[in-house]
Amino acid sequence: MTDSRKTAEAAGATPLLQLDGILKQFPGCLANDHVDLTLMPGEIHALLGENGAGKSTLVKIIYGVQEPDAGQIRWQGATVQIANPAQARRLGIGMVFQHFSLFESLTVAENIALGISDARQRKGLRSRIAEISRSYGLLLDPDRAVHELSVGERQRVEIVRCLLQEPRLLIMDEPTSVLTPQEVDKLFDTLRRLAAEGCAILYISHKLEEIRALCHEATIMRQGKVVATCDPRHETAEHLAELMIGSRVSAPDRPASSQEEKPVMLEVSHLSLKSDRQFGIDLKDISFTVRGGEILGIGGVAGNGQSELMAALSGETLVNTADAIRINDVAAGRLGPAQRRLLGACFVPEERNGHGAVSAFSLTDNAFLSAFRRRSLTRLGLIEGEKTRRFADDIIRLFDVRGRGVRAEARSLSGGNLQKFIVGREILQRPDLLVVAQPTWGVDAGAAAAIHQALIDLAAQGAGIVIISQDLDEILLLCQRIAVINLGSLSAPRPVGEVTVEQIGLLMGGVHGAPPQEQIKGEQPRVART
Amino acid sequence: MWLGLEPRGQRSAFWTYGSPVLALLLTVVTAAIIFAALGQDPAEALWTFLIEPLTSASGLPELFVKAAPLILIGVGLSIGFRANVWNIGAEGQFTLGAIFGGWLALRVGEGSGWWIFPAMLLLSILGGMIWAAIPAFLKTRFNANEILTSLMLTYVAQLLLLYLVTGPWKDPEGYGFPQTAMFGDGATAPILIPETRLHLGVLIALAAALLGWLILSKSLLGFQLRVLGSAPRAARFAGFSEAGLIWLSLLLGGGLAGLAGLFEVAGPIGQLTPSISPGYGFTAIIVAFLGRLHPLGVVLAGLVLALSYLGGEAAQIDLGLPNAVTGIFQGILLFYLLGCDVLILYRLRLGRKQPPAKHLREASR
Amino acid sequence: MSPEMINILLSIMTASTPLLLAATGELVAEKSGVLNLGLEGMMLVGAVIGFATAVHTGSASLGVLAAVLAGIAMSLVFAFLSLTLMANQVATGLALTIFGTGLSALMGAGYVGTALQPLPKLTIPALSDLPVLGPLLFHQDALIYGSFILLIAVAWFLYRSHAGLVLRAVGDSHDAAHAIGYPVIAIRYAATAFGGGMAGLAGAYMSLAYSPSWSENMTAGRGWIALALVVFATWRPGWLLLGAYLFGGIMYMSLYIQGLGVNLPSQFISSLPYLATIVVLVMISRDRLRIRLNAPACLGRPFFAAG
Repeated sequence: MTDSRKTAEAAGATPLLQLDGILKQFPGCLANDHVDLTLMPGEIHALLGENGAGKSTLVKIIYGVQEPDAGQIRWQGATVQIANPAQARRLGIGMVFQHFSLFESLTVAENIALGISDARQRKGLRSRIAEISRSYGLLLDPDRAVHELSVGERQRVEIVRCLLQEPRLLIMDEPTSVLTPQEVDKLFDTLRRLAAEGCAILYISHKLEEIRALCHEATIMRQGKVVATCDPRHETAEHLAELMIGSRVSAPDRPASSQEEKPVMLEVSHLSLKSDRQFGIDLKDISFTVRGGEILGIGGVAGNGQSELMAALSGETLVNTADAIRINDVAAGRLGPAQRRLLGACFVPEERNGHGAVSAFSLTDNAFLSAFRRRSLTRLGLIEGEKTRRFADDIIRLFDVRGRGVRAEARSLSGGNLQKFIVGREILQRPDLLVVAQPTWGVDAGAAAAIHQALIDLAAQGAGIVIISQDLDEILLLCQRIAVINLGSLSAPRPVGEVTVEQIGLLMGGVHGAPPQEQIKGEQPRVART
Repeated sequence: MWLGLEPRGQRSAFWTYGSPVLALLLTVVTAAIIFAALGQDPAEALWTFLIEPLTSASGLPELFVKAAPLILIGVGLSIGFRANVWNIGAEGQFTLGAIFGGWLALRVGEGSGWWIFPAMLLLSILGGMIWAAIPAFLKTRFNANEILTSLMLTYVAQLLLLYLVTGPWKDPEGYGFPQTAMFGDGATAPILIPETRLHLGVLIALAAALLGWLILSKSLLGFQLRVLGSAPRAARFAGFSEAGLIWLSLLLGGGLAGLAGLFEVAGPIGQLTPSISPGYGFTAIIVAFLGRLHPLGVVLAGLVLALSYLGGEAAQIDLGLPNAVTGIFQGILLFYLLGCDVLILYRLRLGRKQPPAKHLREASR
Repeated sequence: MSPEMINILLSIMTASTPLLLAATGELVAEKSGVLNLGLEGMMLVGAVIGFATAVHTGSASLGVLAAVLAGIAMSLVFAFLSLTLMANQVATGLALTIFGTGLSALMGAGYVGTALQPLPKLTIPALSDLPVLGPLLFHQDALIYGSFILLIAVAWFLYRSHAGLVLRAVGDSHDAAHAIGYPVIAIRYAATAFGGGMAGLAGAYMSLAYSPSWSENMTAGRGWIALALVVFATWRPGWLLLGAYLFGGIMYMSLYIQGLGVNLPSQFISSLPYLATIVVLVMISRDRLRIRLNAPACLGRPFFAAG
């Protein structure tokens, strides 16, 4: 506990928020198991835990999105029941969501108005937006549609929406996972200033360094329970990680690689592609090569062309020139996903449910989905049921997929287990090239470590791997070289040891801090052009 | 009291098949109430509607005769619906099949030849496919919604039929009635059991169901259709051709509907008239859902809905109830079915809004 | 302008009004993310109930009111199944049309052949004496005025009021709307009920003003055409007006041409509105980007609030 906090409590200051024995049960899991938490005014309090530890459920309860099954909430000493977000906002609680609660087709001003329950407060909104954005350095153009904004700008909309209501508590759910390092610094400045003005901040994250840099107090959750509280400034990252995960997770073994002699598995040259999606990004003159045994990381802030690049590489979108993409030295730009698989390429898309797997299908069917050609699971146009089941069983066994066996539907698996299944399915097809998007997004630490190890082993067997990830730590951990995608352009790949995090941050687009007018004219017309 | 839904996390096998049974029971109960409201004795009315049609010697064969078009169309539709292709213009494709096949029947008149009927079958399939190809083309080429285009084409098909039977194809000896001449013997569907109206179409419908099941459950093609319907992005990821599958679903559905149309006009009706279908194309939508979009289920569902037609006729004759009652029951059945289907993925929870405090934490890991 | 031209324009207005009413209601429902394909069924039930009520009470106004209530009742069945029980909206809409077709035929069996005075014209003094514009704009039945007022009211509601903003937000992202505390399901119920009421009103217009009589299946696909109109308008009220009058015009022209004794089978001319619907749908839909930019992102998607 911090000194300032001790003095505050000793002086009999009332905690802003006190949670007492909060219990929340979902079918099949106990999300919050008698959680206690105390928050003082002006405190930046970290809520730390892995995916699935129950952090999001807890803050949804505080914000009135979900109702606790048992337990007490005290706000400034008085017991309250927070029935809905509007009531939470009336109390002075604001929240910035992890998956933003913004409406793509509406303007910034409309989005902000939707977050304000009191009709009187909506009067003169535009001038107040301008005022808040000026005083906190959160620049916004109220008339732009949200789908035209970068991820960082979107977060600004959410923050301004909260600040307009002069909150006493601001909840931030994983706010930095979508920001460049420079944007993170700027966000922290804003948060520190808010705290200095007396606003408490509940900061949810699993990023330890951030928490050590920002927070005064930390509550650590694991499997729905509070396992520790501490002052993160006085703890090592290693100790926090142990508390969070419950055991040590070792870094994957990285074999020394000698990729010079290996053949080129993937060669992308001058790949340009107009996006055909509503809010898509055009790819601009992208070139890189991947050799066998090598792992290339492609970093960048979400929404800068990653999904378009993935679609172009996997063949879900065809490119105009066949030579722009060569797989195993065959021009593949005009080939669909099926033919590219036959050339030796396999893919793991970012979205598990509905893209990499069919949620309503059994694991057997999902094993068949992308593997039937390379594993020849059909005969005379009919599915070879037994052979497919055996393959699915192999995946489950070798990749430790925990669920109810081959007949379980994909949607019944946890995120980590389904991801292990999908990665396993692709790896067991023995690809020469594997392109993986966000391999460990929303996956618990144990599964993440297993997936990382599997990727490294695959590379060691001679396959070339491309990892498209927003998690910089992951790229730095696994990859030999890194390139950064920003607004559809890819920087030249450089060896990981030769770049600093700051340099990578600058490549990611630096601080999206230019005044809105300039952005409209200049760097980022993000709407797909017709 | 509070009624809530809680996701099961997994399909319930029991309710996948229990739901249609429950829906049927609820429909029967509702029907009894409606009969009572219409001033009938519910027990007698239900007897007339559900049992009596089957008691006569011709009852069972008639049931299959009515079920044949429903099964043929229903099999095609269930394959399409699985792929999320909403062909609701089967009625129009049915009509075109009847027109195409009927054209040959009228051309040959009383002429005979072994090839005539098989040729009519092929023509009717072609007719249905052509009518279904229009929405397929408009959907894959121009992104036009197939629900609206296929339905609009149904109105056009009915007007086309009306034009033919009142105009160029009208029977000059038909006393001015809007109808064609009766088809000759060589152009009539072969009868399977003498003294009944049980025709070859029934057998073909059952074969179609069997083939449909094989395609949908066992083949790569069926797998592709199911993936497209459940997760279009996953279909793209796996490299399946969306346009090809849309074409295939519509052509298959259209061909089968066309075939059904032919067997109606070359079977029980024997000629072309303006009203060759009591709404088979729309009823088959219910058949497809009641049969769980499963071709073998469609056979059972086709028999159930066929009974509703026979029952409606019996109720009209014996009880003086309007024929529209059939349509109401069919609609109610589909309502109940769609409502009961919630139980497949969710369980109902009655009582206070307080889940049991049982710890099931391990299950999520 | 000749009196004949004015008569033609008047008839076009009459033919367009049911399309405009039904499509305006559907627009609101779709803006909230609900795709109700049961328009045809709701219109038919509205038509028969409106007609029967007017026959028995002798009051056209009561008939209109009853039709609106009938449309709302039908739409609530749809809402319960598709919103509360999360049934597939396409299938539920089809069920509503199948059911409504049967129900209206059963209820209307006794009214076939009964005739009724058309809705009275409301004349606005002085203005109705204006040449050309007078009869067109100021001597019409109440529902024609109503269709314009309702369209303007809906446009104002959607784009000028906070409640309309909330409704559009729910159609854009139900998850986000739920996260910041809007009652998604309740809002969709309301929008669906409004769509049902408007469909009932459109049905009443068919049986009380357009025909005025009852016959089985008298809407003849207008519910489906109204659905296509919403796509044609790319979910914008102004374009809805244009589309409804375009189709009203086509419907009227197909009758008019037949009246002229043109040497073409009448069935070919009768199929014009249906073919025109397809053509228009193709023209609009081919611009995928425009459809995607304007269509409510959650259209037809079920919503389940976890927890």
